[in-house]
Formats: sequence, C-alpha cells, structure tokens
Amino acid sequence: MIFTGVCGAKGIGIGKAIVLGREEIVPENQSIVSEQVEEEVARFKAALEVTRHQVLGIRSRALSESGENEARIFDAHLMILEDPALVGGVVALIREHRFSAASATGHVIRQYEAMLAELEESYFRERAADLRDVGNRLVRNILGVTAAKILDSLYEDAIVVAHELNPSDIAMMDKARVRGLVTETGGETSHVAIIARAMGIAAVLGVDGITGRVHDGDQVIVDGFKGEVIVRPTQGQRNEYLRLHQISEALNGELRRVAGLPAETTDGYRIEIAANIAYPGEADTVLANGGEGVGLFRTEFLYLDKNALPSEDVQFEAYRKVALTLGTRPVIIRTLDVGGDKRLAALSLPGEENPFLGYRGIRLCLGHAGMFKTQLRAILRASAFGNILIMYPMITDISEVYQANRLLDEAKRELDREGIPFNDGIKVGIMVEVPSAAVTADLLAPAVDFFSIGTNDLCQYTMAVDRGNSAVSHLYQPFHPSLLRLIKHVADVSRAHGIFTGVCGEMASDPRAAVLLVGLGVHELSMNAASIPAVKNAIRNISYELAKKMAERALSLATAAEVRRLLEEVMGEGGTCIQGMR
Amino acid sequence: MYSRDAVVMNEHGLHARPAAIFVRTANTFQSRITLTRGGKTVNARSILEVLSLGISAGAVVSIAAEGADEKAAVDTLVRLVEQENLGQ
Repeated sequence: MIFTGVCGAKGIGIGKAIVLGREEIVPENQSIVSEQVEEEVARFKAALEVTRHQVLGIRSRALSESGENEARIFDAHLMILEDPALVGGVVALIREHRFSAASATGHVIRQYEAMLAELEESYFRERAADLRDVGNRLVRNILGVTAAKILDSLYEDAIVVAHELNPSDIAMMDKARVRGLVTETGGETSHVAIIARAMGIAAVLGVDGITGRVHDGDQVIVDGFKGEVIVRPTQGQRNEYLRLHQISEALNGELRRVAGLPAETTDGYRIEIAANIAYPGEADTVLANGGEGVGLFRTEFLYLDKNALPSEDVQFEAYRKVALTLGTRPVIIRTLDVGGDKRLAALSLPGEENPFLGYRGIRLCLGHAGMFKTQLRAILRASAFGNILIMYPMITDISEVYQANRLLDEAKRELDREGIPFNDGIKVGIMVEVPSAAVTADLLAPAVDFFSIGTNDLCQYTMAVDRGNSAVSHLYQPFHPSLLRLIKHVADVSRAHGIFTGVCGEMASDPRAAVLLVGLGVHELSMNAASIPAVKNAIRNISYELAKKMAERALSLATAAEVRRLLEEVMGEGGTCIQGMR
Repeated sequence: MYSRDAVVMNEHGLHARPAAIFVRTANTFQSRITLTRGGKTVNARSILEVLSLGISAGAVVSIAAEGADEKAAVDTLVRLVEQENLGQ
C-alpha cells in the first residue's frame, strides 16, 4: 500500500511502525453499559488527579528553568482541571448519557474550546489552546497511553508514524533507532521537517489518515525523496528499496567524508560554509555535518507561541549554549524577526493589510525598544562565552542601523556599569533582503561588519511576488537576472569595503545555486545543516575560475530559465550525485 | 438570594488574570454564586464559563449569590470587578 505526502527530509528509511495516534480523537459518543458508570467516573477522577500532579511537576520545572512568566501558563491549566463546569460536565455525561470517560472528556473540552475560539480577542483563542493542551493530557491519562511511553520502547529500526510531532517529541526520541518519520500534519517548512533534515532522518509529512492505516509493528518504507510511504511492502518493493537504501548510504558515506573537508575549489579558493539553525538543540548537527559556524541563528523560537516575552536570562542561556557548542567558530545571531506571517502573541499587535510590507523585523524591534534591548543584552552577555556576531533583519535604510546600534551601545554601557562581561568589539551586520538595502549597499557598508543576503525575501520583494500565492508563485525565481545582479552588486561592494558577504537563504543549500553564488563573489554560504556535505562536494569539484565565468555569463542572460539551463550545461543535471537519485 | 449589578472597570475586561482572580475569590465563599451578562448566567466558580462570557471593559454584569455568606460574596466580587487595576 503506497501513501503520498510531502517530502519532509530526503533519505530512505526502512523499519517497523510505531503509531502515535491522534490523541484528540476519541470515539465520539462511545457508550458504556450502566454497570460501568461508576467505574468510568472513578477512572475520570483518577486521571484528573494524575494530570494535576503532572502539571504541577511541569509547572515547577518551568519555574526553575524559565521563570515566573512561563510557569503562569500552567496555572491556567491547573484552574481548568479544577473547573466545576469541566468536572461536573464530564460526570454528568457519563452518568446521564452513558458516555465513556474519554469521550465525555473529549466532548466537554471540545465544547468549551469552540466557545472560546469563537470570541474575538486573541487572549481567548490562546485559552482555547491551553484547554486543548490540558484536555489532551487528561484524555491520554484516561486511556493510559502517553507518547513518551511509546517513544521509550522504540524498535531497533523504528518508523514513527504520528498525527503530529512536536519538536519536543522528536527531542525525546533515541535518534540511533529512528529510521523515518511520517506525520499527518505539517509541510516542507514545518519544524518537524527542519529538524528531520538537520538530523538526517527520512521524513514524509502531510500524509492524510495514515495513523488509521498502519499498525504497530507493520513493515514501513519511508521514501523521503519521492514523498511516499509504503506500508507492508511486497518482497519486490522491499528488495528495490534495500538496494536504493544501500546506494543512498554509500553516497552518504562519501558525502560524510567530504563533510569534514573544507569547501575549497579545485584552484584553491576557500568558501566558508555555515548552517542555519532555529533551536539551540540543532547546534550539534551543525558540527556533525561539517558546518564551520552558524550563519543564521533564528531567535523567533523564544518568542512565538508564548504568552509573554522571554526574559533576558532565558535568552542568555539559549545563546550561550550555542556559543559554547560552537567554541571558536562564529555564531551569527539574528535579532527578532517577526511580523509578516509570524505574529507575536505577547505583543497583541493589530492585524495589517499588507503584513509583508508592514511592521516587521527591525521596524517592530525599534518600536519596542525595551523588548529589543533585553535581547541585545542577552546576546552581549552570551558573547563572553564564544564567537558571537549580531545581525539585524529587514534593514531598508542606514538610519535603522544607527538606531539599533544606539540601543546596542546603551546595552553595553548598562552591562559595563553592572560589571557583567561581554565582547565589546562584537561584530554587527545586517540582512540584505530588501531591494533598497541591496541597491544602496555602498551606503550601508561603512556602518556594518558584514552583509548576509536573505535570498527568499529579497526574491519576493524584487519580483513583487507572494510565493504562497499559486496564481503568481511561478514568478518566484531566485535565478532571475534581477536577483543575480543585486547579489553581485552587494558582493562587489563588500569586497571594496573589506567586509564579507554571506547568503543565508534557501539558494545557498542548492549545490548548483551555491556554485553560482560563489562565482558571483559571495564569501560565505549558510544553509540547513543536512545540505552542507552536498554543497561542499559541488564546490570541491569546480574551479573558482569556471564558477566566475559561469556567473558572468549568467548575469548577461535574460531569463531564469536560461540561467537554469546554463547551470545544467556546466554542472550536469543533478549538480551532485546525491541529487541524481531523484 | 442577594444580587447586585456592577460595571467592569479593568481595561482588559474580565480576561486573563482578572478572570482568574475573580474565580479564585468566588471559590473562597460558601454560597452558590452566579455571574450574568447579556441574559447568560454562568457559575462564577468556573473559569471556563466566566471566560466564555467574553466580558470586556465597560460591560455591565450582575452578580448573585445564595447561601450563608451571600452578601459578603456579592459585595466582595462587585468591589473586585469595579477595580480599575485588578490583576495588574
């Protein structure tokens, strides 16, 4: 049986299924006989008590690890567990309507969740999320299963099949035993995909209804290249995939060897290869894949899906952890980049007609100076523990750099007065992702230590295209001459000013595009960690002379399609052998 | 039974911490206590039901109690919702 989903992470995984069902789904109106009523009521009350203890435990851990604000979220959970409407409602459904404890609980939770979700203000919608969270925990305890328990008892070669996986679920898994991940939710850009890619585990996401079609212990093959999941394969399918698996392992072995080598062209030109990370836990995978630094440390994880802003100490710990893992290697921390498609619950900002042209990135941070300075203080404090650089996102004009630097100076003076150590000479750079910044790179260069080109946003703003809008997404063309010319301009300017230019957009992780970027004069490429070996391999197989010639040629072409054809001519259709598998 | 009307003065209405404080306070009394707004009456001891009323600043609510400490309960809760800085 073959199921199709979205490619989450490339690779072939073969193993036995461990199915984590969708806890929220409890058989609707599952009924019981009258003799079972009191037993079910007792079961519900016992689960309530177990859940209360679990939440108390989580609360005290949150209090010691993250502080008062984080812990307060769990106070809401505790109040919900003691709520007479919840408790009374569930017991009434069991006694009067003969619902099972689990379906009665699910019923009441859903009823209040819908009520809260309907209210206008975001505060209530967040309470609906609290309710769902604590409700799921309660139902799990009634049913006596927990995701953690199943994950602890993984098979030797496990394929985890789940409705949804949270980053914390994956963190709990024994990675040596997981061969593949399959989820019903999530897409290419979800956290699960990012983490699976970083860990090199094959993943297929968005497979509708899969948890109902697979049983624990079933043979499953995950094809992360094609985005397919084969359940209970035939002997023929199995043999075919064992063969593919061997090839892909051999290629991976070759790439792993390359991963440890520098990205040096055949004529000795060296490129810095770094990784993008979104969580401190990913820092290990950077080194394992041969990353020479972190070119983009996204800090949004500290802010998103939280009711309150993160404290300075919580941030400091996260930044310090990455700095310590990377040792002397550079870690570029990007200051908060929300707005656009990412809303910050803690600030309750009004909706915008054009969020991508609105209050986002550095604009939002400069408008919330207190919040911004807290982050800058945390980064500065962490800079005493490693090689940290600061990067401001969404810069459109030099006055924004000055304003941000003024706050940085204030933060430095405060730390000085408090006698807290930091790196006074910390390097400060900017994202070049708005055409105005790219065009005026020469005006910005004297004020910064480096540029990092965010090709995704730069492409969207240059081509005036929303890549999520299928009517126009074909116009999203990173190889378009307009974008290549902007990149060339920024690289030229930075060389003239003696500063470096990196690229941290998706382009950098495509081996052929990476070579083109090198030819355009970019000094550093930063990408998801799993792409590093293939990109190093591509760079090590071409001369800088040829890359430059190819780039020059590309700049004179009229369309993205012609540029693509040129790359194929020079480097072959796949660019690297691993891509040839697709 | 004893009941009184009150105007919610807190700028965030009866959301978040104000609602939690309201429910916790209601729980310290013995009487049966209800909160009514716009014709809908709910149990004042239930955070879910209080939140489901979606009470914002300036709303007029009615608080009623029945039991041994009904007057004290209603008077205390009215004072609470009429505080401008409840829970801040």
